[in-house]
Amino acid sequence: MNDERALALYRTMARIRAFEDAAEQASKGGVAAFGASLSQAEVRGPLHLSTGQEAVPAGVCAHLGITDLLTSTHRGHGHTIAKGAAPDRMMCELFGRASGYNGGKGGSMHIADFSVGMLGANGVVAAGIPIAVGAAHALRARGGSNVVACFFGDGAINRGPFLEGLNWAAVHALPILFVCEDNRWAATTASESNTAGAGALARAQAIGVPGAQVDGNDVFAVWDAAGNLLAEIRQGGGPRLLHAITYRVKGHVSVDAAAYRDAAQHEREIERDPLVLAAQRIAKPDQLEAIGREARGEVAAALAAAHAAPWPEPRAAYTDVQDTGAGRWRG
Amino acid sequence: MNYAQAGCSALEAAMRSDASVVVLGEDVGRGGIFGQYHGLQQAFGEQRVIDTPISESTILGAAVGMALAGLRPVVEMRVVDFALCAIDELVNQAAKARYMFGGQGRVGMVARLPNGLWSGSAAQHSQSLEAWFAHIPGLVVVAPATPQDNHGLLRAALACGDPVVYLEHKELWGLQGEVEPAQLARLGEAEIARPGRDVTVVTWSRTRHTALQAAALAEKQGVSLEVIDLRTIWPWDRDAVLASAARTGRVLITHEAVQVAGFGAEIAATLAEETDARVRRLGAPRVPVGYSQPLEDESRITPQGIAAACVELRHARPAHR
Repeated sequence: MNDERALALYRTMARIRAFEDAAEQASKGGVAAFGASLSQAEVRGPLHLSTGQEAVPAGVCAHLGITDLLTSTHRGHGHTIAKGAAPDRMMCELFGRASGYNGGKGGSMHIADFSVGMLGANGVVAAGIPIAVGAAHALRARGGSNVVACFFGDGAINRGPFLEGLNWAAVHALPILFVCEDNRWAATTASESNTAGAGALARAQAIGVPGAQVDGNDVFAVWDAAGNLLAEIRQGGGPRLLHAITYRVKGHVSVDAAAYRDAAQHEREIERDPLVLAAQRIAKPDQLEAIGREARGEVAAALAAAHAAPWPEPRAAYTDVQDTGAGRWRG
Repeated sequence: MNYAQAGCSALEAAMRSDASVVVLGEDVGRGGIFGQYHGLQQAFGEQRVIDTPISESTILGAAVGMALAGLRPVVEMRVVDFALCAIDELVNQAAKARYMFGGQGRVGMVARLPNGLWSGSAAQHSQSLEAWFAHIPGLVVVAPATPQDNHGLLRAALACGDPVVYLEHKELWGLQGEVEPAQLARLGEAEIARPGRDVTVVTWSRTRHTALQAAALAEKQGVSLEVIDLRTIWPWDRDAVLASAARTGRVLITHEAVQVAGFGAEIAATLAEETDARVRRLGAPRVPVGYSQPLEDESRITPQGIAAACVELRHARPAHR
């Protein structure tokens, strides 16, 4: 891998990390859950952080253009940034402001930027899988070699749409890269305690969807594996699955201290920080420091923009619901 | 032309005029189990009339993805009861996507979910769930009763750009009628199926025909029924119903769905808020539909039942302010 590529991957990870750190701070007191009580917070509601998982979207999305499509999860900030969305409009959305990508109607769990092919985060586990299947049919109807990258977590492989979607994609040889971002925690339960068999890749292979398993904290390994699989898909080989094993550094949501985890094991896991691992490989501390500074500066500007942004007008609650019957809100 | 052929012909016309219209579902390549897709795969190919696995979540979810990526899908769900396997995709995804993504995408789709009591098919194949869907912001709910309406309303549903729950009736497929393909239907517009003086009967889907039979029975007892077929459940034609209620002062709402929390309750509540009309409801009892004929009959709406309810309503004392 050339230096420029390696630095670009690091930059994507650094931008995601900076965004997640800032969003986390702004969300304290934003939701009453996990023993935390509700107080004033800029980012309201449950905020699912992808801190520590940055290598997966960075490595995969480096191979995607804006005419490729992506479906995401409730933990979707990393996918959104890596696909090309602007952090300031994302932060405005998390702050519920009118200038956010969704006009304040979605927030973190539904963040989307259709202009870069990012078809939305989703509040329902595995719900992006059927949507990716349909989006792939639409790409096929258009012609060309575009693909859909469909991200989901380890919890999703225990839901029906995983089986349905992989089977369907294989039967119709659809251009989809399924990416199981395996952070090993399904909310507050260790996935291994609830998942029979050898996991996502073994299940995919049993359905006839080939793939690869990769260290999801090694951005170079993710980049290599995703590149190979995407090349096969773009050549008409049908769907592939990338099982990227990573680690959820934070709790299920930002106010979850995740005290249910084994402290010693947690310490060992967070030593494998994907930015640290990449920095060791790249070995250009000055350049990496500059990239980190730039990323934090970008997010500081995003925060300032979000603080200054206007709230949606209450009447916006009544737009983009439906055209047929618009105005009939009460009967 | 029968009711199934009318739907098929509407779809064929839409597919000819708009290359983004695609069909997906089980057995559509063979024409669908009711013949409502007859010949379409031969005409438009396997990429536009897509045979799918028995994967209801993905049939409806894929339709959402298709729509967000620029296609206009028509979903075949065999019967409404099976759509419950795809309720997340319909309620959390299709109905919400446009709003929660701030208008970045929209879900123009028609989900054909045949509704109603299906003789001899028991509890899991005989439900009428229109009220469930009417309760969900974002969805349009349509229930055609005639071949003409199945043609016109399907075209209108495909053209509207919203997610439409399209409830053909499970037992109207063979119903014959004249179809004028050029006659456009408007969503949200009821039809007065029979004008009358004494009692307004508000209904939809198969019960339109039951109510028309009831009108003949009531006429013999000197009671004149005005039968209104709503055709669209959401948005329902409030003006037409209120105008008729103002003329007759007495309204019966009847439907095949369970009476409790059925859509008739919404109409009755509106009449209570807006008029002095006497109002009654006649829906199915709140029991699952039984298999055996005597059990199934308990869930059926009959002409005799509607006529008796209307005659009683005719003689009920007027409401007072």
